[in-house]
Amino acid sequence: MAERRSPAAAFAGRFAAASEGGALRLAELPFRTQLNLRVDPASPAARDLGDALGAPLPVEPCTAVTAGDVTVAWLGPDEWLVIAPPGHRPELLSKALGDRHGSVVDVSAQRTTLLVGGPRARDLLAHGCALDLHPSVFGPGRCAQTTLARAQVVLLPQADGVHVLVRSSFAAYLAEWLLDAATEYLR
Amino acid sequence: MRRASGGRIDRSRTLRFTFDGHEYTGHPGDTLASALLAAGVRRVATSVKLGRPRGVFSAGSEEPSAVVQIEAPFPEPMLPATTVELYDGLAASSLPGRGRLAAEPDPARYDAVHAHCDVLVVGAGPAGLAAARAAAAGGARVILADERPEPGGSLLGTGESVDGLPGAAWAAATVAELAELPDVTVLPRTTVFGYYDDNYLIAVERRTNHLGAAAPAHVSRERVWRIRARRVVLATGAHERPIAFAGNDLPGVMLAGAARAYAHRYGVLPGRRAVVFTAHDSAYAAALDLAEAGVEVAAVVDVRGGTRDAGGARPAPGAEWAARARARGIELLAGHVVTGAHGDGEVSSVTVAARDDVPGERPAGAGGRSFEADLLLVSGGWNPVVHLFSQSGGTLRHDDALGTLVPDASRQAVEVAGAARGVLTLAGCLADGTGAGARATSGAAARVPEAAAEPEPAGEPYWVVPAADHSAHFVDLQRDVTVADLRRAVGAGLRSVEHVKRYTTAGTAHDQGKTSGLLASAVVAEALGVPVAELGVTTFRAPYLPVAFATLAGRDRGALHDPVRVTALHEWHVAAGALFENVGQWKRPWYYPRPGEDMEAAVLRECRAAREGVAAMDASTLGKIDVVGADAGEFLDRLYTNLMSTLKVGAVRYGVMCRPDGMVFDDGTVVRLADDHFLVTTTTGNAAAVLDWMEEWLQTEWPSLRVHCTSVTEQWATVALVGPRSREVLAGLAPGLAVGADDFPFMTWREAEVAGIPARVCRISFSGELAYEINVTSWDGLRLWTSIMDLGVVTPYGTETMHVLRAEKGYPIVGQDIDGTVTPQDLGMAWVVSKKKPDFVGKRSHARADTARPDRKQLVGLLPEDPGLLLPEGAHLVAADVLPEPPVPMLGHVTSSYRSAALGRTFALALVKGGHGRIGERLYAPVGGTLAPVTVTSHVLYDPEGARRDG
Amino acid sequence: MLLIPCPWCGPREEAEFHYGGQAHVAYPDDPAALSDEEWARYLFFRDNPKGVFAERWSHSAGCRRWFNALRDTATNEIHAVYRVGEPRPVTS
Ligand SMILES: [Zn+2]
Repeated sequence: MAERRSPAAAFAGRFAAASEGGALRLAELPFRTQLNLRVDPASPAARDLGDALGAPLPVEPCTAVTAGDVTVAWLGPDEWLVIAPPGHRPELLSKALGDRHGSVVDVSAQRTTLLVGGPRARDLLAHGCALDLHPSVFGPGRCAQTTLARAQVVLLPQADGVHVLVRSSFAAYLAEWLLDAATEYLR
Repeated sequence: MRRASGGRIDRSRTLRFTFDGHEYTGHPGDTLASALLAAGVRRVATSVKLGRPRGVFSAGSEEPSAVVQIEAPFPEPMLPATTVELYDGLAASSLPGRGRLAAEPDPARYDAVHAHCDVLVVGAGPAGLAAARAAAAGGARVILADERPEPGGSLLGTGESVDGLPGAAWAAATVAELAELPDVTVLPRTTVFGYYDDNYLIAVERRTNHLGAAAPAHVSRERVWRIRARRVVLATGAHERPIAFAGNDLPGVMLAGAARAYAHRYGVLPGRRAVVFTAHDSAYAAALDLAEAGVEVAAVVDVRGGTRDAGGARPAPGAEWAARARARGIELLAGHVVTGAHGDGEVSSVTVAARDDVPGERPAGAGGRSFEADLLLVSGGWNPVVHLFSQSGGTLRHDDALGTLVPDASRQAVEVAGAARGVLTLAGCLADGTGAGARATSGAAARVPEAAAEPEPAGEPYWVVPAADHSAHFVDLQRDVTVADLRRAVGAGLRSVEHVKRYTTAGTAHDQGKTSGLLASAVVAEALGVPVAELGVTTFRAPYLPVAFATLAGRDRGALHDPVRVTALHEWHVAAGALFENVGQWKRPWYYPRPGEDMEAAVLRECRAAREGVAAMDASTLGKIDVVGADAGEFLDRLYTNLMSTLKVGAVRYGVMCRPDGMVFDDGTVVRLADDHFLVTTTTGNAAAVLDWMEEWLQTEWPSLRVHCTSVTEQWATVALVGPRSREVLAGLAPGLAVGADDFPFMTWREAEVAGIPARVCRISFSGELAYEINVTSWDGLRLWTSIMDLGVVTPYGTETMHVLRAEKGYPIVGQDIDGTVTPQDLGMAWVVSKKKPDFVGKRSHARADTARPDRKQLVGLLPEDPGLLLPEGAHLVAADVLPEPPVPMLGHVTSSYRSAALGRTFALALVKGGHGRIGERLYAPVGGTLAPVTVTSHVLYDPEGARRDG
Repeated sequence: MLLIPCPWCGPREEAEFHYGGQAHVAYPDDPAALSDEEWARYLFFRDNPKGVFAERWSHSAGCRRWFNALRDTATNEIHAVYRVGEPRPVTS
């Protein structure tokens, strides 16, 4: 066993099969860098962190900004999730924060990302998510922390579908749940 | 009897079905009830208490009488025949009141979905369709739900026209237009059955039931809709109400509007010769339509008008309707009542008397007439279907003219339209619905669909035909409750309808008294001598209709019943044949039996490996929280009973947290990673609660502390490596790490590469043995574990062995030995409570008189005198070997109990009153009918000197 | 299922929240200075009105912020929500 393993790795084949019909696109987007950022949004440190990220930290609740390949999602009035491609290093942010009040915690392995895309993606999620997912109120630029099938998730609508960030321990359960919910959409 | 033509049925196709073993046919569009009536089957059920024959009483979901058992394709108990859509191969049988649950598992899928809309319209009758149309025209997101397979509501059963189209065609066209719009959802076969706070409504959609055996397996049979609506328009229509008279439960007695609906909607005549008994004009339309369709209408018996009081206080039948009936050649008996329906198992004759001739005024039977008839149609007027409105928190108002309750006011954003608020003409309903739909959205005026103007139907509230004996005047047909029963309840002293309901069971059946509820109130009100308006009706509660448990459970069954959490090592545990234990939502390996081993053998082997060799456990489920900030030490000092700020970077300390009441809430280790950075571990079950706890104090009490907390539970996979040989195993895996007892002392941590993986290794022990906890990112967890297991010398162990090892050392478990009522002192852990700190959460409570009581329950060990006796956890402890008379004083109870390989015997932990002062005492535990003697010991039973922790 | 307006995230399902009991019950400045009775009053005694009640909620499945709400205990209507540290709003 030489390789690291992502939480939903065992589902790759079933996700691919479920994506064949065109109604849905299911996949795990593994090993993405995720940093939990806590800082007072009014502080100079917040401004410096925004500069380091290439975009100011979003202060409107339940929104996300994307700069290049980095997305910053609002989690709370002093809390953000920075999402970047695999291998992105957290040192840049730690350096920008310096020894000022705030925290940068590497949570890359805390959650994994499940892509739920395709024309029926929102219908699929609506089986277990009480939020209004209508594109008019939940399109790109939005984000939400909520529950999906009673598991806590962060939902990020993106161009390729909704990114469902789920705690690693729930990932297999949620993958099973999604595949079961998809039953009706796969014919 | 089936008419030659007409109805919303597809006569080109024939469906076969059986009822009580007999074969019949029907057509698509039929219900089981309409097909049975077409086939001349009138007796479809037997009453629950009295065994009386019962027939079809209504044409909808309010049916109180024709409740049947479905036998095939899948058994379902107690469905109203009036709502079962006919399909090929349906097999049903009549019921003696009660149904039978299926013995086999239900193979169908059921699911649920959340939905959001600007306007939810409930009911696709004329008012609902008009409302949906107006709302959609304003650009709103609309959901239109209707319980029937086809839209139109009353339009399907009356033959009226809208906008120049036959009603059903107009309804179909309107729905087709609506369904084209992207933000309109039309849900046929969908009953909204619950209305909760903040416009949250629950509906059940019957998706494939009507397909019988042809239902596709991948489509859910029924779906629960959880709808959050900005506004709601209730266009739920009205139920016709019956009148109580002798024999009013015989098959052949039917609501007048229902008979009209059977003729129009299904092309079925429910009888050949009818008497119509009414207190309301609307029955005239039914009489006229049925006469037109070929039913001989012997007479219309109207309680209103008549000779004696003509022109007096008693209202007269509507003049226009009376004239139409007479013009059709129908005899009108104004001021008359039906005194009885008669027949052997079904109606064959009807007796009628002048209203002023019935008992109480004159001797019974005087001046009476008898009609040959096989059908007796009844109408006491209409009750708006106010169930959902009432559930919304809406108040009801008694409308004296309508003689019924109508919606008054609700705090929620809801409006009622059409017959559901007492509007009884088609044109009125269309206008009402249009207005409600427009108001629910833009407010812009919308065109009102046109319908022919009809005279406003009116009636007289009339409930019971007086008689000498009311024991065959049925009120609740399904519960066999009569007028006599209700009066008896009042005679017994009951004054509230709620009490009468519970005393007589009226309104408690499958139909929840939809047709009988107001009648029951009227009977009780009359007996009490108060107006119905004052007495009121019983509470309207969800569900409006019975909903199957399978539907409510949906997909939350089996593996998806509750979220399941697994660690990064789970696949390995499964492959190794581990049995699992549920700890909260986590699946944790319980033990790993080898071939031929039972649990006892496996756990003894695993314990021995940990105490004598080397063993490993997946400890990843422990909660982990990063606590960062300049005030992190101060913050932890306030939450833990002991000092954390003095912890050196590189060191680890065990800590206990209490609630303000002084009781232990959680425990775990605190690792100091840097001056301003701690890693806190929590128990598996309390990870979320502890983080919430920290946030609560930071946000609400100590916002000035510069601290941030972040959960990292799943960032890390944790492997506990335990046993006297653990050091040599670690040394082999981490050649760069100095593992000597002096280089890497107890309660410290080191960064190292273990099996080539960056790791944080903590020297802590939950077993008393030399032990390490190796933390790597969860992505690397399986790599690490596999590297350890591939060595071939390390025994994997599960939670049961962990429990035995910790209990031998007297370490209590939160949630098992610690139940929210014990202090650290009770646990014998006064050493973990700082005396130096001015305050910490819980400190003040440790000085309360109650927490200082000497007879508090304290943690002790127990050794059964029979070393092979395993005490049951939860067993009580008593003082003597003979039980005194109850109440028996209980001294405490067993919290943990195991077989110990190290001790060579069984042992237990217990919470015992004044336990710390009872060491050496003999107590008794009731076990299997005897009192087993046990000796109280210290809770630390193994290696009390701590000699083994350095290996 | 109530729809609770989180002061940060907006209206969310009740299931996303944890209830925190009566609001404005501050941790005493110096618990050691309190008598047993005063301390017991802080620990165990809470109001239970029929009508408007100031209470704490945490948006535990969302932004994890604690906030206060004025809820009518008889009707479940939430008249106002306000953030920790903000004064109790005046409602009619
Ligand atoms: Zn929130």
